[in-house]
Amino acid sequence: MLIRGGTVIDASGKRVADVLIRGGVIEAVGLDLDDGSALEVLDASGCIVSPGLVDLHSHLRQPGKEEAETVETGARAAALGGYTAVVAMPNTDPPIDSAAVVRQVLDLGASACCEVAVAGAITLRREGKLLAPMAEMAALGVRLFTDDGTGVQDARLMRRALEYASGLGVTLAQHCEDASLAAGGHMHEGEWSSRLGIPGIPSEAEDLMVMRDLALSRLTGAPMHFLHLSTASSLDMVRQAKRAGARVTAEVAPHHFTLTDAAVASYDTVFKVNPPLRSAADVAAVKAALADGTVDAIATDHAPHAQEDKEAPFDQAPPGMLGLETALALALTELDLPTERILALLSWQPAAIAGLTARHGGPVVAGASANLCVIDLAATWVVEPSRLASRSRNCPYAGRKLTGRVRHTIVAGEAVVRDGEAMR
Amino acid sequence: MTATVRAPDDVAQDVAEDVAEDVAESPVPIARLSTAKPGKRQHLLSVADLGRDGIEEILRLTDMFAEVSARPIPRVPALRGKTVVSLFFEDSTRTRLSFEMAAKRLSADTMSFSVSTSSVKKGESLRDTVETIEAMGIDAIVVRHSAAGVPWQVANWTEGASVINGGDGWHEHPTQALLDCYTIRQQRGRLDGLRIAIVGDIRHSRVARSDVLAFTALGASVTLVAPPTLLPSTLVGWPVDVSYRLEEVLPSCDVVYLLRLQRERMQEALLPSLREYTATYGLTRQRARLLSPGALIMHPGPVNRGVEIAAEVADQPNSVITRQVRNGVAVRMSVLYLMLGSGVDLGA
Repeated sequence: MLIRGGTVIDASGKRVADVLIRGGVIEAVGLDLDDGSALEVLDASGCIVSPGLVDLHSHLRQPGKEEAETVETGARAAALGGYTAVVAMPNTDPPIDSAAVVRQVLDLGASACCEVAVAGAITLRREGKLLAPMAEMAALGVRLFTDDGTGVQDARLMRRALEYASGLGVTLAQHCEDASLAAGGHMHEGEWSSRLGIPGIPSEAEDLMVMRDLALSRLTGAPMHFLHLSTASSLDMVRQAKRAGARVTAEVAPHHFTLTDAAVASYDTVFKVNPPLRSAADVAAVKAALADGTVDAIATDHAPHAQEDKEAPFDQAPPGMLGLETALALALTELDLPTERILALLSWQPAAIAGLTARHGGPVVAGASANLCVIDLAATWVVEPSRLASRSRNCPYAGRKLTGRVRHTIVAGEAVVRDGEAMR
Repeated sequence: MTATVRAPDDVAQDVAEDVAEDVAESPVPIARLSTAKPGKRQHLLSVADLGRDGIEEILRLTDMFAEVSARPIPRVPALRGKTVVSLFFEDSTRTRLSFEMAAKRLSADTMSFSVSTSSVKKGESLRDTVETIEAMGIDAIVVRHSAAGVPWQVANWTEGASVINGGDGWHEHPTQALLDCYTIRQQRGRLDGLRIAIVGDIRHSRVARSDVLAFTALGASVTLVAPPTLLPSTLVGWPVDVSYRLEEVLPSCDVVYLLRLQRERMQEALLPSLREYTATYGLTRQRARLLSPGALIMHPGPVNRGVEIAAEVADQPNSVITRQVRNGVAVRMSVLYLMLGSGVDLGA
C-alpha cells in the first residue's frame, strides 16, 4: 500500500513524504516512492498523514448493553474518527474486573476495525470495596485500571490500590468525583442549575478528589491519570502539581471545551453528561490547560446510550454523549493550537499513557507498525447524528459545522476507512 | 421569546361577547373563536415566555372568567369540542382539579391521566405515553412531573397539542404564579412598587421560581427569606434581595408569601428540626403582628399548619389563601381560552 502525496506529521516533526506499507509495517517513508508496484494507492494530496489517534476513554458497552454499542460498532466509529486504538472502559455488565471478562472483550476486539485495548476495574464490581485481580488482568496486557463512572471514594483503599499497582507497572486512572458532594446532581451547579431547578453537581466535587489523589500519588509514589477533568480549579491543581514534579497525567473530553451548561436550558438529555457541562469560565480554562501542557490528552469519553434510555426526564436519563466520530474535527475547529499539538494530544501522548507506543502513536518511519490516519484539514462537514456509525444517536453536535475530516484510517496496514467510508 | 399579543381590548371584547352569550347552546361564539392560527401551537411552559404584557393579558381576561365563575351556571361554550388532558406524574389535588374545572367551565372535554392508573408502571416510556395520548386526538396537555423540564420534552414529542406546564420539579409552576399575581392585584390593585417577601424552601420550590419571574415582571420587588440551605446554590441573575431574618422583613412588606416545608428536609441535613425552622422562619402569631395592617398573607397550599404558618394566622382576615385557590380556576380558564380558543399568541 502506498499513501501518496501527503504531509507527514508526527512527534519528530513535519515533512512532505509518501508512505509505503507492506505486511502491516511501514517499509519506507520518502519522496516519490510511487514506482507503480503498490497494489493499493491512497491519495493523501492536500492531507496530513499522522500516526493513528488513540482514545483513552471509550465506553463500548459490551458485554451488557449491546443495544447501545458493541465492540464492533464502537471500533468502526473510532476508525471513522481516525483512531487506530481505543481503550475500552470497564463499566460494562458484568464489569471488566476479572481476567475472563478482559479476555472476552479482547476477543471481540480481535476482529474489530481498530485495536481495542482494555482498562480493568480497580475494585471488584466497581464497588469501591475490594481490590480487583489487577495482576491477572495485567498479565493479559491491561495497562490502565479505573472504576470510571465513579471514583474510588475510600482514601485508604485508593492508597492500597496505588501501592499495589505500582508493583505491576500499571497506571490507575480516576474518575474524580466526591460522591457525597455530587449526590443527587444532574448538571453543573451554578447559575443555570439554580434557574432551571435541576439539582447541581458543584465543581468542588471534582476538585476534592483531584486534591486527595494528588496527595495519595505523592504518598505512594505511584503514577496516576486523571480522567475527563472539567473544572478550572482541578486543572490548576494539576498544573501546580506537575510543576512540583508529580507523576500525573490528565485528559479532557471534547465536550468540555466546546459546550457549556447553558445548553441544558433546552432540557434535551443529549446534554446530560458526567462530569457535567461546566461554565464558560471552565471551558476557557480547559482550553488554556490544553495550550500550556497541563493536559496530556484529549479523550472522547464516548458514552453511547440507546434512544429509549435517553428519552427520559432529565433527572432519570443516563449521562453520556458520543465522541469518537467528532473529537478530531472539534479539536481542529475549536482549538487555537497548531495541528501538530492537536495530534500530540490525540495520538502520541495518549498512546504513551495507555502503554500502546509499541504499535501506536510512534514516529512514521520505516519499521514502525502501519497504524496511521490521513486527515483533510480543509474539508468542512455538518454533523448529522443519523449518519454516525455508532449504534446510538446521543451526539450533542447535530447541525454543527466542523472543519477537518478523516479521509483514510490504516490499521495494521489495512485501509479500514477509505475516503471517509468504513471498509468493514 | 417575544410575546406578540393582540390588542387587549379586542380580546376583552371577544370574551365579553362570549360570556354575554347565554349558556344556551348557541354555536356562534364557537365558530368565531376558532381563530387560532393553523399549524402554530401555543404552549405555556415558563412565566419567562409571557413577559409583562403576556401576564397582564391573562390577568385582564381572568376578570371576565371570574365573573363567569360567579354565575349560577358557571359555564360558557368557548371551548366546546376541545379536549384537555391532565397528565400528572406526581400527586396533586388542587392543581389537577382546578385545571379540570376550568376546562369544564369552558365546555371542553377533559381526560385525566395519573401514574397509578396508567401503563407507566408497566414500563412504558414517558415518550410512548405522551405519543399515545396525543394519538387520541387532543388539544391541550397539562403536565405535572417531579422532574424539571418534562413539559419541554412533551412539547418536543408532540405535534398538535398545546402543552401547559402544571408544575415541573423544582423549576416552574406558571399558573400558580399567574393566580398569585391575580390575587394580589385583586386585593391591592396592582403589583408595581409592592414589596413581596417569599419565605421558606425556595431551593426546592417551583412556585418560588415562577413567582419571582412574575412578581418582578409586574414591577414588584422581591425579598427571599430562608436559611441558606433552603436557597438556590447561587442567586446570580435573580432579581431579588435576600434576608435571613424574617422579623426585619415583615414590617415593610406588602405581601408575605409562605412556602410549604417538606418534612423530609431534615433527612438531607438542610435543617436541624421542624421546631427550629418554625422558631426562626415560621409566621407565628407574634411575628404576624409585625405586619402592617393591609399586608397580605399567601401560601400555595397545602399548608403545614403550625410549621411555616401558625393555624390562627392562616385564618386571619388578611390571609388570602382560599382566595388564591378560588382564583386559580378563573386564571386557568383564561390560560386555556387564550391557548385554545383565540388567536392570541402567548409567545411560548
